[in-house]
Amino acid sequence: MSLTLLYVQTLNGLQLGVLLFLIAAGLTLVFGVMDFVNLAHGVQYMIGAYLAAMFTALTGNFFFGLALALPSALLFGLLLEFFIFRHLYARDHLDQVLATFGIILTLNQAVKVIWGAAPLSVPIPEIFSGSVVLMPGLLYPVWRLVIIASGIAIALLLGILATKTRIGMLVRAGATNAPMVSALGVDIGRLFMIVFGFGAMLAGFAGAMVAPILSVEPGMGDNLLILTFVVIVIGGIGSIRGAFIAALMVGLVDTLGRSFGPSILRAFLDPSAAAQTGRALAPMLIYILMAAVLFFRPAGLFPAKK
Amino acid sequence: MIKAKLFLTLGAVALMASSAAAQEKLKVGIVVTLSGPSAVLGQQARDGFNLAVKQLAGKLGGLDTEVIIVDDELKPDVAVNKVKGLVERDQVNFVVGPIFSNVLQAIHKPVVESNAFLISPNAGTSNFAGPQCNPNFFVTSYQNDQVHEVLGKTAQDKGYKRLFLIAPNYQAGKDSLAGVKRHYKGEIVGEIYTPLNQLDFSAELAQIAAAKPDAVFAFMPGGMGVNLVRQYRQAGLANIPFLSAFTVDESTLPAQKEAAVGFFGGANWAPDMKSPQNEAFVKAYEAAYNSVPGTYAMQAYDAALLIDSAIKSAGGKLSDKNALRAGLKKADFKSLRGNFKIGVNGYPVQDFYLVQVVQRPDGKFATSLREKVFSDYVDVYAKDCKPTN
Repeated sequence: MSLTLLYVQTLNGLQLGVLLFLIAAGLTLVFGVMDFVNLAHGVQYMIGAYLAAMFTALTGNFFFGLALALPSALLFGLLLEFFIFRHLYARDHLDQVLATFGIILTLNQAVKVIWGAAPLSVPIPEIFSGSVVLMPGLLYPVWRLVIIASGIAIALLLGILATKTRIGMLVRAGATNAPMVSALGVDIGRLFMIVFGFGAMLAGFAGAMVAPILSVEPGMGDNLLILTFVVIVIGGIGSIRGAFIAALMVGLVDTLGRSFGPSILRAFLDPSAAAQTGRALAPMLIYILMAAVLFFRPAGLFPAKK
Repeated sequence: MIKAKLFLTLGAVALMASSAAAQEKLKVGIVVTLSGPSAVLGQQARDGFNLAVKQLAGKLGGLDTEVIIVDDELKPDVAVNKVKGLVERDQVNFVVGPIFSNVLQAIHKPVVESNAFLISPNAGTSNFAGPQCNPNFFVTSYQNDQVHEVLGKTAQDKGYKRLFLIAPNYQAGKDSLAGVKRHYKGEIVGEIYTPLNQLDFSAELAQIAAAKPDAVFAFMPGGMGVNLVRQYRQAGLANIPFLSAFTVDESTLPAQKEAAVGFFGGANWAPDMKSPQNEAFVKAYEAAYNSVPGTYAMQAYDAALLIDSAIKSAGGKLSDKNALRAGLKKADFKSLRGNFKIGVNGYPVQDFYLVQVVQRPDGKFATSLREKVFSDYVDVYAKDCKPTN
């Protein structure tokens, strides 16, 4: 366990955190502002990846692909909102869970019909295809640094949007008390639609950005969705700042726990028991973190003020 | 007048009945995974079997053959229901399937206790190879452990002193690493179990780089393997030999492409195996289905040939189960992989090879034979199988 390995793993943890943030940002707004449980949010991440893969293949350039994929992901989110989600806002959470779960099944199957069951791959864009040597024998793809940088840039942008603009103010107000915002004469339906479309686009952006390093396959968003819910619960539902901090926490705890947990345990236990316990404990760490946070702050780290 | 007509009809019916009795009809049920992320494996098996039936002009063992294909959806409960439909309603003579070991555990009993034989074109679990072996169960693939053993033996023979192991954290992952260790006696410098369906391996790759092993063994089936292989290449670790099982094969190579070239796997066959029969098979398969066949296709093709040979040796009598069983045991056909026998437990006795990923001159990616690692290899569980069981 060297110091360089710690740096590298911290970077890996940051990257996972940033990725989780991009997905969680939309989810926490949709949940916080509209009180709408959207299980299909992970599917929008998958759709973003597929759209990027398709447009990259069509245009032969990742950035053109990305430029086409983002509006398409936005459009797709708006269509889903218009045809399905809009009719669920007034229903209770169980109805929303059932309906959005149905959407997961339908869309996972649909991408299989359209693009096939075999995973797709997207090449890393030429100018970022290099890598840097972080420790002897290990190259770190520049693209992963690009993901971290773009995630942090988007976090800053969202922060400015939420605190400095009128729409951001309305969104924050909506997260605190939606009926009151509506009573003050704001078209809450339109606000919901904007929030929803924007959230879908962010998830799609995350999917498109990881397409060059992960395989694009049906159901790729399903596992991340659970982590994303952990993030928004830790961060406080409806809070962008909470989502950002919680996402980085979850990313770091998960990555560092997995790689250093067994070696730390070795200090207390004999090697085989340490390996065994470490293996069992590592995947649980983030849930332990969530339980601890909820014990001390039941509404999450940065709850929207009610 | 009416009477005459009736007689005529009765006569025709009688004639039809007698001709049907003279020529029995064979029914084969195929149970493979055709939906979900692993559908491509089931598609290969289905296509391989159909190709064999087509090449034999729709007749296995000289009998008109009806193939009924069902999708097990990779769900054991679904598979059991569909298999019961095959053996009870459709009265099939053979069930060919499944791809996955957990499905095999579920459908084994309903088939072997029915009137049909079960022939697995892929899954070969340890329990049915040992004490629970069954005279109505045959396997045309391998015992699962054997593929992992190929890589452990390779690591041992090549003199790699320090080996790093990585596998998903579930039963097959644990069995895999146990299989590798059976023949590898060097030092294991790292042993990582990742959560099932993990897609980003950056944390594990950093650990591999820090451990500086002589070689890496990976068992990462499906989409996990696609990601691991691409990220392994991106992390600049490709100078460390990459030994793997079910991680680089014809089902994942279309997505891994160049990233997998030079990586090793273990198998009982590769598409470039030199024999006129195999070359014809690969050519016909690629022409018909526009993809390179993997072991899944080959083993299902061989399953069709095995059924064909068994019916011939039983003289076409499907009702004589003992004769059919004897025919299946004899396995009197030319396997695409050459050397092939059925052992006491119904599992194959065959050769295993180290294979390596290459890009073929036509631009497609495939595995290619490198060296023979085991000859006439009997799985380690066969000794626990009592043939009378």
